Amino acid sequence: MASVIEVENLVKDYGKVRAVDGVSFQVEEGEIFGFLGPNGAGKSTTIKILCTLLKPTGGKARIAGHDVEKEPDRVRRQIGIVFQDNSLDDRLTAAENLYLHGLLYGLPRKVINRRIEEMLEMVDLAAWKKEVVRNFSGGMRRRLEIARGLMHSPQVLFLDEPTVGLDPQTRAAIWDYIHRLRREEKITVFMTTHYMEEAENCDRIAIIDFGRIKALDTPERLKQQLGGDVITLVPADGADLGPVLTELYGLEVKPTGEGLCFRVKDGASFIPRLAAELGERIKSIHLRRPTLDDVFLSLTGRAIREEKASAAERLRYSPHRHRH
Amino acid sequence: MGTAIRTVYTIWLREWLRFLRERSRIIGMIGQPLLYFLIVGQGISAAMAFRAAPPGVNLSYLQFMYPGILAMSVLFTSIFSGISIIWDREFGFLKEVLVAPVPRWAIALGKALGASTVALCQATILLALAPLAQVHLTLPLVGKLLAVLFLISLAITFMGVAIASRMETMEGFQMIMNFLVMPLYFLSGAMFPLANVPAWMSALMHFDPLTYGVDALRHLIFADAHPQVLAFLVHFPFITDLLVLTGMVLVLGGMGSWFFSRQV
Repeated sequence: MASVIEVENLVKDYGKVRAVDGVSFQVEEGEIFGFLGPNGAGKSTTIKILCTLLKPTGGKARIAGHDVEKEPDRVRRQIGIVFQDNSLDDRLTAAENLYLHGLLYGLPRKVINRRIEEMLEMVDLAAWKKEVVRNFSGGMRRRLEIARGLMHSPQVLFLDEPTVGLDPQTRAAIWDYIHRLRREEKITVFMTTHYMEEAENCDRIAIIDFGRIKALDTPERLKQQLGGDVITLVPADGADLGPVLTELYGLEVKPTGEGLCFRVKDGASFIPRLAAELGERIKSIHLRRPTLDDVFLSLTGRAIREEKASAAERLRYSPHRHRH
Repeated sequence: MGTAIRTVYTIWLREWLRFLRERSRIIGMIGQPLLYFLIVGQGISAAMAFRAAPPGVNLSYLQFMYPGILAMSVLFTSIFSGISIIWDREFGFLKEVLVAPVPRWAIALGKALGASTVALCQATILLALAPLAQVHLTLPLVGKLLAVLFLISLAITFMGVAIASRMETMEGFQMIMNFLVMPLYFLSGAMFPLANVPAWMSALMHFDPLTYGVDALRHLIFADAHPQVLAFLVHFPFITDLLVLTGMVLVLGGMGSWFFSRQV
C-alpha cells in the first residue's frame, strides 16, 4: 500500500520554542492514524503544517504525493479538515454550509447537490438539512463539519481533537461515523486526541510529547511492549512494602494514589505468590491489562490524564459560552 | 481565473445569505436611516438655523446633510462588514475558507463586494426617502449616486479588511470603531462644511476617502443648484472626486488583499 502522508524530520519553531522537534512518520492509505499527546505536545502544530495553514521551519511533508509547502493548493484539494473549534457559519442552514463548501472546491452544481444528500444521510442529519446551524447541538455541529470535510471527496480527512467537549455518548457516535466513512469512502484519517480511550480506535498511534514522537505502533502492540499486567497493591495499614517488593522480586514500584503500582509478566500466577509470601501485610491486590495510559506513563514519566484542561479549552466548551 | 471568480461569488453569496437571514439587521437597516432623518435632520435643522451658508444661498440643513446621511450609512455598514472578518477568524467560517484551494485575494474581494451589496440595499431605502429632505431625484441620478456609493463602500470595506487582517484579537475592535469611524465621518464634511476649518483638519480630510465620496454625491445631487450654492457645497471638481475615490479603492483593495493573504 502507498503512503498517503509522508512526514520527514519536521521541525517548527515559535521564536525560541521548538514546538515540533524532528517528527517523521508515514500514514498508509485507508488507515486511521492518531496523534496522542497532552495539550501543547505539538499535535495541533503538526496538523496545521500538514493542512498548509502553517509553514514548517524545517523538514518535509507530503500529502498524496504533493509537498505541503510547494504545492499547497494541490494538497488542499486532497484533504478535508475538521477543526478543533467550530468553523461553521451558524447563521446559515446545514445545506447552505455544505453548498458553499462545494462551490469553493469547484464542484459542479449537480455534484454538490448529490453530495449534500449523501453526506447528510451519512451523518444522520438529512432531516436537519434546512435548519439553521445555530440551533444545532455540539454533536450535530461536529457531524456536520465531518460531512462538510468530505464534500469534495478528499483522500485524507484531518480531525483535530474531534470529540473534545462532547459527552461520552456523542463521542461514541462520532467514532461510529468515522469507522463507517472509512468503510464507505475508503478514506485515510489523521487525527489528534488527548483521550486515551479514543486512541484505541486508531489503527496506529504516535505518542507525542514535547514535539517528539516517543513511540509509534498499533495500540495493541504498544500495550504488549510494556509487558505483562499491571498490579496495584494496597498495603495493610502502616506497612511500607515498596522496598520489600523491589528486594524480593526485583520490581520497579511506583507509588500512585491508588496504591503501589508495578508490572509483572504473568499477573494471574504472581498474585497467589504475593499473597502467600506477604500475606497479612497486604490489604488488597488489583490486576488489570495495561492501558495506553500506562504506555504513556512509562514513556514520559507522566500520566496524560493528569493534564488539566487549559483555560482556553474550558472557556471554549463552557456550556454558558455566549455567541456574538 | 475561473477559480478566482468562483471564490468571489461564493464569498459574496455567503454575505448575502447571512444578510437575508438576519432579520434584526434588515429592521436596523430600515430603522437607522429613518432615525437619522427624524433626529439628526429634522431635530437639528429645527433647533437652529443653518448659519454656515453664505448669504443668498437658500439651503436647509437637511438638504445639506442628505448626501452625508447616505455616506454615513454606507460607511457604518462597510467598515463593520470589513472588520467582521475578525469574528469569522475567531468563531469559525474563515478557517474553513482559508484552507480551501482558492486565492486569498479573491476572498477579500468577495467580502468587499458582498458588503457593498448590503450597503447599497441600505442606501436604496435612503434614496427612496429623498423627498423628506426636499431632494429631488431622477432615475438616472439614482443610478449615478449608487455607483458613487458603491465606490465608497468598496474603499471602506477594504480598509476594514486590511485593519482586521493585521489585528490579532477582537479586543481592539471597539477602539477602531471609535477612533477610526467617527473621525472618518466628521472629517469628510458630511456633517458640517469644511470651508473654515483649521489647516490640520483640512490636511487630514484629504486622506479620508469619504471626503471625496461626499463631495461626489453633492456634485450629483446639487447639479442643478445655483453656481454660488454649488461652490459652497463642493471642494473638488467631480472628476477629481471620482479619480481619487477610484484610486483609493485600488490602493486599499491592494492593501486589504495583501494583508489578508499574509495572515496565518
